[in-house]
Amino acid sequence: MTNLADLNTVDLSAIKLTLELASLTTGLLLVIGTPIAWWLAHTQSRLKGMVGAVVALPLVLPPTVLGFYMLVVMGPQGPVGHLTQALGLGLLPFTFPGLLLASVLYTMPFVVQPVQNAFEAIGERPMEAAATLRAGPWDTFFTVVVPLARPGFLTAAILGFAHTVGEFGIVLMIGGNIPGKTRVVSVQIYDHVEAMEYTQAHWLAGGMVVFAFLVLFALYTFNNSVNRARG
Amino acid sequence: MIRLLLVSLALLGASALALAGEVQVAVAANFAVPMQQIAADFEKDTGHKAVVSAGATGKFYAQIQNGAPFEILLSADDATPAKLEQEGIAVPGSRFTYAIGKLVLWSAKPVFVDDKGKVLKEGKFAHLALANPKTAPYGAAALEVLKNLGLLDTLSPKFVQGENIAQTQQFVATGNAELGFVALSQVQKDGELTGGSAWFVPGNLYKPIRQDAVILAKGKGNAAATAFMDYLKGDKAKTVIKSFGYTL
Repeated sequence: MTNLADLNTVDLSAIKLTLELASLTTGLLLVIGTPIAWWLAHTQSRLKGMVGAVVALPLVLPPTVLGFYMLVVMGPQGPVGHLTQALGLGLLPFTFPGLLLASVLYTMPFVVQPVQNAFEAIGERPMEAAATLRAGPWDTFFTVVVPLARPGFLTAAILGFAHTVGEFGIVLMIGGNIPGKTRVVSVQIYDHVEAMEYTQAHWLAGGMVVFAFLVLFALYTFNNSVNRARG
Repeated sequence: MIRLLLVSLALLGASALALAGEVQVAVAANFAVPMQQIAADFEKDTGHKAVVSAGATGKFYAQIQNGAPFEILLSADDATPAKLEQEGIAVPGSRFTYAIGKLVLWSAKPVFVDDKGKVLKEGKFAHLALANPKTAPYGAAALEVLKNLGLLDTLSPKFVQGENIAQTQQFVATGNAELGFVALSQVQKDGELTGGSAWFVPGNLYKPIRQDAVILAKGKGNAAATAFMDYLKGDKAKTVIKSFGYTL
Protein backbone atom coordinates (compact mmCIF):
# COMPACT_ATOMS: atom_id res chain seq x y z
CA MET A 1 0.00 0.00 0.00
CA THR A 2 1.36 3.37 -0.92
CA ASN A 3 0.84 6.48 1.09
CA LEU A 4 2.22 9.96 1.48
CA ALA A 5 5.10 8.62 3.53
CA ASP A 6 6.56 7.44 0.21
CA LEU A 7 7.36 11.05 -0.50
CA ASN A 8 10.73 11.32 1.19
CA THR A 9 12.47 14.46 2.36
CA VAL A 10 14.17 14.86 -1.01
CA ASP A 11 10.80 14.94 -2.72
CA LEU A 12 9.46 17.45 -0.22
CA SER A 13 12.49 19.67 -0.66
CA ALA A 14 11.94 19.49 -4.43
CA ILE A 15 8.33 20.62 -3.96
CA LYS A 16 9.39 23.47 -1.69
CA LEU A 17 12.09 24.57 -4.10
CA THR A 18 9.67 24.48 -7.03
CA LEU A 19 7.14 26.64 -5.20
CA GLU A 20 9.86 29.12 -4.23
CA LEU A 21 11.15 29.32 -7.77
CA ALA A 22 7.66 29.75 -9.23
CA SER A 23 6.66 32.44 -6.69
CA LEU A 24 9.84 34.44 -7.16
CA THR A 25 9.67 34.14 -10.94
CA THR A 26 6.07 35.30 -10.98
CA GLY A 27 6.77 38.21 -8.65
CA LEU A 28 9.80 39.35 -10.60
CA LEU A 29 8.00 39.03 -13.90
CA LEU A 30 5.04 41.11 -12.74
CA VAL A 31 7.52 43.86 -11.84
CA ILE A 32 9.65 43.57 -14.99
CA GLY A 33 6.90 42.52 -17.37
CA THR A 34 4.37 45.24 -16.59
CA PRO A 35 6.44 48.15 -17.96
CA ILE A 36 7.33 46.05 -21.01
CA ALA A 37 3.65 45.21 -21.55
CA TRP A 38 2.73 48.89 -21.10
CA TRP A 39 5.31 49.98 -23.61
CA LEU A 40 4.22 47.31 -26.10
CA ALA A 41 0.57 48.30 -25.67
CA HIS A 42 1.13 52.02 -26.23
CA THR A 43 4.21 52.56 -28.33
CA GLN A 44 4.15 53.76 -31.92
CA SER A 45 7.83 52.86 -32.23
CA ARG A 46 9.08 50.79 -35.10
CA LEU A 47 10.87 48.66 -32.51
CA LYS A 48 7.54 47.34 -31.22
CA GLY A 49 7.53 44.37 -33.58
CA MET A 50 11.08 43.47 -32.68
CA VAL A 51 10.65 43.71 -28.90
CA GLY A 52 7.38 41.78 -29.11
CA ALA A 53 9.12 39.06 -31.09
CA VAL A 54 12.01 38.79 -28.61
CA VAL A 55 9.59 38.52 -25.68
CA ALA A 56 7.65 35.78 -27.50
CA LEU A 57 10.73 33.77 -28.55
CA PRO A 58 10.53 31.24 -25.68
CA LEU A 59 7.05 30.25 -26.93
CA VAL A 60 8.59 28.96 -30.12
CA LEU A 61 12.11 27.86 -29.18
CA PRO A 62 12.71 24.46 -27.62
CA PRO A 63 14.03 24.75 -24.04
CA THR A 64 17.21 23.05 -25.19
CA VAL A 65 18.12 26.10 -27.29
CA LEU A 66 17.76 28.43 -24.34
CA GLY A 67 19.43 25.93 -22.01
CA PHE A 68 22.40 25.49 -24.31
CA TYR A 69 22.94 29.21 -24.81
CA MET A 70 22.54 29.95 -21.13
CA LEU A 71 25.12 27.31 -20.27
CA VAL A 72 27.57 28.88 -22.71
CA VAL A 73 26.74 32.56 -22.05
CA MET A 74 26.71 32.19 -18.26
CA GLY A 75 29.82 29.98 -18.26
CA PRO A 76 33.33 31.28 -17.46
CA GLN A 77 34.01 32.11 -21.11
CA GLY A 78 30.63 33.74 -21.75
CA PRO A 79 29.82 37.46 -21.48
CA VAL A 80 27.34 37.01 -18.62
CA GLY A 81 29.83 34.70 -16.88
CA HIS A 82 32.55 37.38 -17.20
CA LEU A 83 30.18 39.93 -15.71
CA THR A 84 28.99 37.82 -12.77
CA GLN A 85 32.57 36.84 -11.97
CA ALA A 86 33.75 40.45 -12.15
CA LEU A 87 30.95 41.39 -9.74
CA GLY A 88 32.15 38.67 -7.37
CA LEU A 89 28.95 36.64 -7.78
CA GLY A 90 30.63 33.58 -9.24
CA LEU A 91 28.99 31.62 -12.02
CA LEU A 92 25.24 31.27 -12.39
CA PRO A 93 24.78 27.71 -13.68
CA PHE A 94 24.01 25.18 -10.93
CA THR A 95 22.71 27.95 -8.64
CA PHE A 96 19.24 29.04 -7.62
CA PRO A 97 19.73 32.59 -8.96
CA GLY A 98 20.78 31.03 -12.28
CA LEU A 99 17.56 29.02 -12.40
CA LEU A 100 15.60 32.11 -11.49
CA LEU A 101 17.15 34.07 -14.35
CA ALA A 102 16.41 31.23 -16.77
CA SER A 103 12.82 30.98 -15.52
CA VAL A 104 12.25 34.70 -15.86
CA LEU A 105 13.42 34.65 -19.49
CA TYR A 106 11.58 31.46 -20.32
CA THR A 107 8.29 32.49 -18.71
CA MET A 108 8.35 36.12 -19.89
CA PRO A 109 5.75 35.79 -22.70
CA PHE A 110 3.26 34.05 -20.40
CA VAL A 111 3.20 37.13 -18.18
CA VAL A 112 3.79 39.97 -20.63
CA GLN A 113 1.20 38.96 -23.21
CA PRO A 114 -1.92 38.76 -20.97
CA VAL A 115 -1.02 42.07 -19.32
CA GLN A 116 -0.35 43.68 -22.70
CA ASN A 117 -3.72 42.43 -23.99
CA ALA A 118 -5.45 43.86 -20.93
CA PHE A 119 -3.76 47.25 -21.40
CA GLU A 120 -4.73 47.32 -25.06
CA ALA A 121 -8.33 46.45 -24.22
CA ILE A 122 -8.58 49.38 -21.81
CA GLY A 123 -7.66 51.84 -24.54
CA GLU A 124 -6.91 55.55 -24.07
CA ARG A 125 -10.30 56.85 -22.94
CA PRO A 126 -10.25 55.98 -19.20
CA MET A 127 -6.81 57.58 -18.96
CA GLU A 128 -7.97 60.71 -20.75
CA ALA A 129 -10.90 60.88 -18.37
CA ALA A 130 -8.53 60.53 -15.41
CA ALA A 131 -6.27 63.21 -16.84
CA THR A 132 -9.17 65.67 -17.11
CA LEU A 133 -9.79 65.01 -13.44
CA ARG A 134 -6.16 66.05 -12.88
CA ALA A 135 -4.87 62.65 -11.89
CA GLY A 136 -1.12 62.28 -12.40
CA PRO A 137 0.22 59.44 -14.56
CA TRP A 138 1.20 57.22 -11.58
CA ASP A 139 -2.07 57.92 -9.86
CA THR A 140 -3.94 57.06 -13.07
CA PHE A 141 -1.95 53.89 -13.48
CA PHE A 142 -2.61 52.53 -10.01
CA THR A 143 -6.19 53.76 -9.49
CA VAL A 144 -7.55 53.35 -13.03
CA VAL A 145 -5.43 51.06 -15.15
CA VAL A 146 -4.47 48.36 -12.63
CA PRO A 147 -8.07 47.74 -11.42
CA LEU A 148 -9.32 47.60 -15.00
CA ALA A 149 -6.50 45.27 -16.02
CA ARG A 150 -6.97 43.00 -13.01
CA PRO A 151 -8.11 39.95 -14.98
CA GLY A 152 -5.04 40.33 -17.20
CA PHE A 153 -2.73 40.49 -14.19
CA LEU A 154 -4.39 37.48 -12.62
CA THR A 155 -4.10 35.44 -15.81
CA ALA A 156 -0.46 36.50 -16.11
CA ALA A 157 0.34 35.53 -12.53
CA ILE A 158 -1.36 32.15 -12.77
CA LEU A 159 0.17 31.28 -16.14
CA GLY A 160 3.60 32.51 -15.04
CA PHE A 161 3.50 30.46 -11.87
CA ALA A 162 2.18 27.34 -13.56
CA HIS A 163 4.60 27.56 -16.45
CA THR A 164 7.58 27.82 -14.10
CA VAL A 165 6.38 24.77 -12.19
CA GLY A 166 6.17 22.93 -15.51
CA GLU A 167 9.68 23.87 -16.63
CA PHE A 168 12.01 20.96 -17.26
CA GLY A 169 14.39 21.17 -20.18
CA ILE A 170 16.29 24.28 -19.16
CA VAL A 171 16.53 23.19 -15.54
CA LEU A 172 17.94 19.86 -16.63
CA MET A 173 20.54 21.60 -18.79
CA ILE A 174 21.79 24.29 -16.41
CA GLY A 175 20.66 22.98 -13.00
CA GLY A 176 23.07 20.15 -12.26
CA ASN A 177 20.41 18.34 -10.22
CA ILE A 178 21.47 19.63 -6.78
CA PRO A 179 19.06 18.73 -3.96
CA GLY A 180 17.58 21.83 -2.32
CA LYS A 181 19.14 24.18 -4.87
CA THR A 182 18.23 23.18 -8.39
CA ARG A 183 16.41 19.85 -8.17
CA VAL A 184 12.83 20.89 -8.87
CA VAL A 185 9.83 18.57 -9.01
CA SER A 186 9.94 17.97 -12.76
CA VAL A 187 13.59 16.87 -12.54
CA GLN A 188 12.88 14.77 -9.46
CA ILE A 189 10.11 12.94 -11.35
CA TYR A 190 12.50 12.27 -14.22
CA ASP A 191 15.05 10.91 -11.72
CA HIS A 192 12.51 8.62 -10.11
CA VAL A 193 11.36 7.27 -13.46
CA GLU A 194 14.94 6.66 -14.60
CA ALA A 195 15.75 4.86 -11.38
CA MET A 196 12.56 2.78 -11.72
CA GLU A 197 11.12 4.28 -8.51
CA TYR A 198 7.67 4.33 -10.02
CA THR A 199 5.75 4.70 -6.74
CA GLN A 200 7.43 7.96 -5.87
CA ALA A 201 7.20 9.08 -9.49
CA HIS A 202 3.46 8.42 -9.39
CA TRP A 203 2.94 10.53 -6.30
CA LEU A 204 4.77 13.51 -7.70
CA ALA A 205 3.50 13.15 -11.27
CA GLY A 206 -0.08 12.64 -10.10
CA GLY A 207 0.27 15.69 -7.90
CA MET A 208 1.42 17.71 -10.91
CA VAL A 209 -1.62 16.62 -12.94
CA VAL A 210 -4.00 17.63 -10.16
CA PHE A 211 -2.16 20.92 -9.69
CA ALA A 212 -2.22 21.78 -13.39
CA PHE A 213 -5.91 20.91 -13.66
CA LEU A 214 -6.88 23.01 -10.64
CA VAL A 215 -4.90 25.99 -11.91
CA LEU A 216 -6.48 25.92 -15.35
CA PHE A 217 -9.91 25.17 -13.94
CA ALA A 218 -9.66 28.20 -11.65
CA LEU A 219 -8.40 30.34 -14.50
CA TYR A 220 -11.17 29.41 -16.94
CA THR A 221 -13.90 29.65 -14.31
CA PHE A 222 -12.68 33.07 -13.30
CA ASN A 223 -12.36 34.32 -16.87
CA ASN A 224 -15.86 33.11 -17.72
CA SER A 225 -17.39 34.89 -14.76
CA VAL A 226 -15.52 38.09 -15.65
CA ASN A 227 -16.72 37.88 -19.24
CA ARG A 228 -20.27 37.26 -18.12
CA ALA A 229 -20.14 40.14 -15.67
CA ARG A 230 -18.91 42.44 -18.43
CA GLY A 231 -21.68 41.21 -20.71
CA MET B 1 27.92 6.55 -71.20
CA ILE B 2 26.03 8.47 -68.55
CA ARG B 3 23.06 6.19 -68.98
CA LEU B 4 25.25 3.16 -68.50
CA LEU B 5 26.64 4.70 -65.34
CA LEU B 6 23.16 5.43 -64.02
CA VAL B 7 21.97 1.91 -64.76
CA SER B 8 24.93 0.33 -63.05
CA LEU B 9 24.49 2.67 -60.08
CA ALA B 10 20.85 1.69 -59.83
CA LEU B 11 21.74 -1.99 -60.00
CA LEU B 12 24.40 -1.55 -57.36
CA GLY B 13 21.96 0.27 -55.13
CA ALA B 14 19.33 -2.41 -55.61
CA SER B 15 21.69 -5.25 -54.78
CA ALA B 16 22.91 -3.46 -51.67
CA LEU B 17 19.31 -2.85 -50.60
CA ALA B 18 18.42 -6.48 -51.07
CA LEU B 19 21.13 -7.54 -48.62
CA ALA B 20 21.23 -4.58 -46.31
CA GLY B 21 19.31 -4.58 -43.09
CA GLU B 22 18.93 -2.10 -40.31
CA VAL B 23 19.51 -2.48 -36.60
CA GLN B 24 18.44 -0.15 -33.80
CA VAL B 25 21.21 0.18 -31.23
CA ALA B 26 20.92 1.84 -27.83
CA VAL B 27 24.38 3.00 -26.74
CA ALA B 28 25.59 4.13 -23.34
CA ALA B 29 26.58 7.79 -23.57
CA ASN B 30 30.27 7.11 -22.82
CA PHE B 31 30.49 4.95 -25.95
CA ALA B 32 28.66 7.38 -28.25
CA VAL B 33 31.73 8.74 -30.02
CA PRO B 34 33.52 5.41 -30.66
CA MET B 35 30.16 4.05 -31.79
CA GLN B 36 29.85 6.70 -34.51
CA GLN B 37 33.05 5.48 -36.04
CA ILE B 38 32.21 1.79 -35.62
CA ALA B 39 28.73 2.31 -37.11
CA ALA B 40 30.22 4.07 -40.13
CA ASP B 41 32.78 1.28 -40.66
CA PHE B 42 30.07 -1.33 -40.13
CA GLU B 43 27.90 0.19 -42.84
CA LYS B 44 30.81 0.48 -45.23
CA ASP B 45 32.00 -3.08 -44.65
CA THR B 46 28.70 -4.98 -44.42
CA GLY B 47 26.07 -2.75 -46.06
CA HIS B 48 23.94 -3.01 -42.92
CA LYS B 49 22.96 0.18 -41.20
CA ALA B 50 23.15 0.72 -37.44
CA VAL B 51 20.71 3.36 -36.19
CA VAL B 52 22.20 4.69 -32.96
CA SER B 53 20.58 6.29 -29.90
CA ALA B 54 22.88 7.41 -27.09
CA GLY B 55 21.83 7.97 -23.49
CA ALA B 56 22.01 6.84 -19.87
CA THR B 57 21.99 3.08 -19.35
CA GLY B 58 19.39 3.32 -16.60
CA LYS B 59 17.05 5.22 -18.87
CA PHE B 60 17.46 2.67 -21.64
CA TYR B 61 16.68 -0.09 -19.17
CA ALA B 62 13.38 1.56 -18.23
CA GLN B 63 12.55 2.24 -21.87
CA ILE B 64 13.37 -1.30 -23.01
CA GLN B 65 11.20 -2.72 -20.24
CA ASN B 66 8.41 -0.57 -21.54
CA GLY B 67 8.66 -1.70 -25.14
CA ALA B 68 11.26 0.59 -26.72
CA PRO B 69 12.15 -0.57 -30.25
CA PHE B 70 15.86 -1.16 -29.56
CA GLU B 71 17.38 -4.38 -30.84
CA ILE B 72 20.82 -4.18 -29.24
CA LEU B 73 21.95 -2.55 -26.02
CA LEU B 74 25.56 -1.49 -25.55
CA SER B 75 25.39 -0.94 -21.83
CA ALA B 76 27.76 1.02 -19.58
CA ASP B 77 27.76 -1.88 -17.12
CA ASP B 78 27.36 -5.65 -16.99
CA ALA B 79 24.47 -5.69 -14.51
CA THR B 80 21.84 -4.20 -16.80
CA PRO B 81 22.25 -6.68 -19.69
CA ALA B 82 22.28 -9.55 -17.18
CA LYS B 83 19.07 -8.25 -15.61
CA LEU B 84 17.42 -7.91 -19.02
CA GLU B 85 18.40 -11.47 -19.84
CA GLN B 86 16.94 -12.75 -16.55
CA GLU B 87 13.73 -10.89 -17.24
CA GLY B 88 13.49 -12.52 -20.65
CA ILE B 89 13.79 -9.24 -22.57
CA ALA B 90 17.23 -10.10 -23.97
CA VAL B 91 18.38 -13.05 -26.07
CA PRO B 92 20.10 -15.60 -23.77
CA GLY B 93 23.74 -16.25 -24.56
CA SER B 94 24.18 -13.15 -26.71
CA ARG B 95 25.89 -11.19 -23.92
CA PHE B 96 29.59 -10.31 -24.07
CA THR B 97 31.95 -7.62 -22.79
CA TYR B 98 32.78 -5.22 -25.60
CA ALA B 99 34.87 -2.80 -23.56
CA ILE B 100 36.17 -2.13 -20.07
CA GLY B 101 35.78 1.52 -19.25
CA LYS B 102 38.17 3.79 -17.39
CA LEU B 103 37.24 6.65 -15.18
CA VAL B 104 39.14 9.95 -15.27
CA LEU B 105 38.94 13.10 -13.23
CA TRP B 106 39.03 15.75 -15.90
CA SER B 107 39.16 19.53 -16.18
CA ALA B 108 38.99 21.65 -19.31
CA LYS B 109 41.72 23.83 -17.79
CA PRO B 110 45.28 22.80 -18.74
CA VAL B 111 46.91 22.58 -15.29
CA PHE B 112 44.02 22.15 -12.92
CA VAL B 113 44.01 18.43 -12.25
CA ASP B 114 47.32 16.90 -11.14
CA ASP B 115 48.27 13.33 -12.01
CA LYS B 116 47.74 12.14 -8.43
CA GLY B 117 44.28 13.57 -7.96
CA LYS B 118 45.41 15.75 -5.02
CA VAL B 119 43.13 18.47 -6.30
CA LEU B 120 40.23 16.55 -4.75
CA LYS B 121 41.72 16.71 -1.27
CA GLU B 122 42.62 20.37 -1.59
CA GLY B 123 39.02 21.06 -2.61
CA LYS B 124 39.70 24.44 -4.24
CA PHE B 125 36.74 24.35 -6.60
CA ALA B 126 33.04 25.16 -6.47
CA HIS B 127 31.61 22.31 -8.51
CA LEU B 128 32.54 18.69 -9.06
CA ALA B 129 30.55 17.11 -11.89
CA LEU B 130 29.59 13.46 -12.02
CA ALA B 131 26.92 11.44 -13.76
CA ASN B 132 23.79 10.58 -11.78
CA PRO B 133 24.99 7.58 -9.71
CA LYS B 134 21.50 6.11 -9.63
CA THR B 135 21.32 5.65 -13.37
CA ALA B 136 24.81 5.97 -14.83
CA PRO B 137 27.52 3.37 -14.01
CA TYR B 138 30.29 5.96 -14.39
CA GLY B 139 28.50 8.06 -11.79
CA ALA B 140 28.35 5.07 -9.44
CA ALA B 141 32.07 4.45 -10.02
CA ALA B 142 32.86 8.09 -9.22
CA LEU B 143 30.97 7.77 -5.95
CA GLU B 144 32.94 4.62 -5.14
CA VAL B 145 36.25 6.42 -5.75
CA LEU B 146 35.29 9.28 -3.44
CA LYS B 147 34.14 6.83 -0.79
CA ASN B 148 37.45 4.97 -0.99
CA LEU B 149 39.36 8.23 -0.72
CA GLY B 150 37.28 9.20 2.31
CA LEU B 151 36.17 12.39 0.59
CA LEU B 152 32.53 11.62 -0.09
CA ASP B 153 31.06 13.65 2.77
CA THR B 154 33.26 16.70 2.28
CA LEU B 155 32.75 16.84 -1.48
CA SER B 156 29.10 15.87 -1.89
CA PRO B 157 27.87 19.46 -1.33
CA LYS B 158 29.87 20.39 -4.44
CA PHE B 159 28.28 17.76 -6.67
CA VAL B 160 26.56 18.73 -9.87
CA GLN B 161 24.97 15.77 -11.56
CA GLY B 162 24.70 15.21 -15.27
CA GLU B 163 21.74 13.24 -16.51
CA ASN B 164 24.25 10.98 -18.23
CA ILE B 165 28.02 10.97 -18.72
CA ALA B 166 27.79 13.10 -21.90
CA GLN B 167 26.00 15.89 -20.07
CA THR B 168 28.54 15.59 -17.27
CA GLN B 169 31.36 16.16 -19.73
CA GLN B 170 29.46 19.11 -21.17
CA PHE B 171 29.31 20.73 -17.70
CA VAL B 172 33.09 20.43 -17.43
CA ALA B 173 33.86 21.28 -21.07
CA THR B 174 31.94 24.59 -20.82
CA GLY B 175 33.89 25.38 -17.64
CA ASN B 176 30.76 25.68 -15.53
CA ALA B 177 32.09 22.88 -13.36
CA GLU B 178 35.86 23.18 -12.82
CA LEU B 179 36.31 19.42 -12.90
CA GLY B 180 34.39 16.20 -13.06
CA PHE B 181 34.48 12.43 -13.34
CA VAL B 182 34.02 11.37 -16.95
CA ALA B 183 34.85 8.39 -19.10
CA LEU B 184 38.36 8.31 -20.51
CA SER B 185 36.78 7.64 -23.92
CA GLN B 186 35.26 11.10 -23.88
CA VAL B 187 38.50 12.98 -23.44
CA GLN B 188 40.98 10.74 -25.21
CA LYS B 189 41.46 10.04 -28.86
CA ASP B 190 44.21 7.99 -30.48
CA GLY B 191 45.87 7.52 -27.10
CA GLU B 192 46.11 11.22 -26.27
CA LEU B 193 44.15 13.60 -24.09
CA THR B 194 42.14 15.87 -26.41
CA GLY B 195 42.55 18.84 -24.04
CA GLY B 196 42.61 20.06 -20.46
CA SER B 197 44.14 18.09 -17.60
CA ALA B 198 43.27 14.74 -16.09
CA TRP B 199 43.90 12.23 -13.35
CA PHE B 200 43.63 8.66 -14.55
CA VAL B 201 41.90 7.15 -11.55
CA PRO B 202 43.78 4.00 -10.43
CA GLY B 203 41.84 0.80 -11.01
CA ASN B 204 42.00 -0.25 -7.34
CA LEU B 205 39.69 2.62 -6.34
CA TYR B 206 36.65 1.32 -8.20
CA LYS B 207 35.27 -1.92 -9.56
CA PRO B 208 36.17 -2.38 -13.24
CA ILE B 209 33.47 -0.91 -15.45
CA ARG B 210 32.72 -3.94 -17.60
CA GLN B 211 30.50 -2.81 -20.44
CA ASP B 212 28.38 -5.59 -21.90
CA ALA B 213 26.47 -5.77 -25.14
CA VAL B 214 23.34 -7.85 -25.55
CA ILE B 215 20.79 -8.59 -28.28
CA LEU B 216 17.32 -7.64 -27.09
CA ALA B 217 14.12 -9.56 -27.72
CA LYS B 218 13.13 -7.13 -30.47
CA GLY B 219 16.35 -7.92 -32.34
CA LYS B 220 15.92 -11.68 -32.29
CA GLY B 221 16.20 -13.07 -35.80
CA ASN B 222 17.39 -9.77 -37.32
CA ALA B 223 20.44 -10.65 -39.44
CA ALA B 224 21.75 -7.10 -39.13
CA ALA B 225 21.73 -7.40 -35.32
CA THR B 226 23.77 -10.61 -35.38
CA ALA B 227 26.09 -9.07 -37.95
CA PHE B 228 26.66 -6.06 -35.73
CA MET B 229 27.48 -8.16 -32.68
CA ASP B 230 30.00 -10.14 -34.76
CA TYR B 231 31.45 -6.92 -36.12
CA LEU B 232 31.85 -5.53 -32.61
CA LYS B 233 33.91 -8.59 -31.69
CA GLY B 234 36.13 -8.18 -34.77
CA ASP B 235 39.64 -6.75 -34.86
CA LYS B 236 38.70 -3.56 -36.69
CA ALA B 237 36.14 -2.56 -34.06
CA LYS B 238 38.52 -3.58 -31.26
CA THR B 239 41.20 -1.27 -32.61
CA VAL B 240 38.75 1.62 -32.57
CA ILE B 241 37.59 0.74 -29.05
CA LYS B 242 41.16 0.62 -27.71
CA SER B 243 42.10 3.90 -29.36
CA PHE B 244 39.53 5.59 -27.12
CA GLY B 245 41.21 4.31 -23.97
CA TYR B 246 39.10 1.26 -23.20
CA THR B 247 40.78 -2.03 -22.38
CA LEU B 248 39.51 -5.39 -23.51
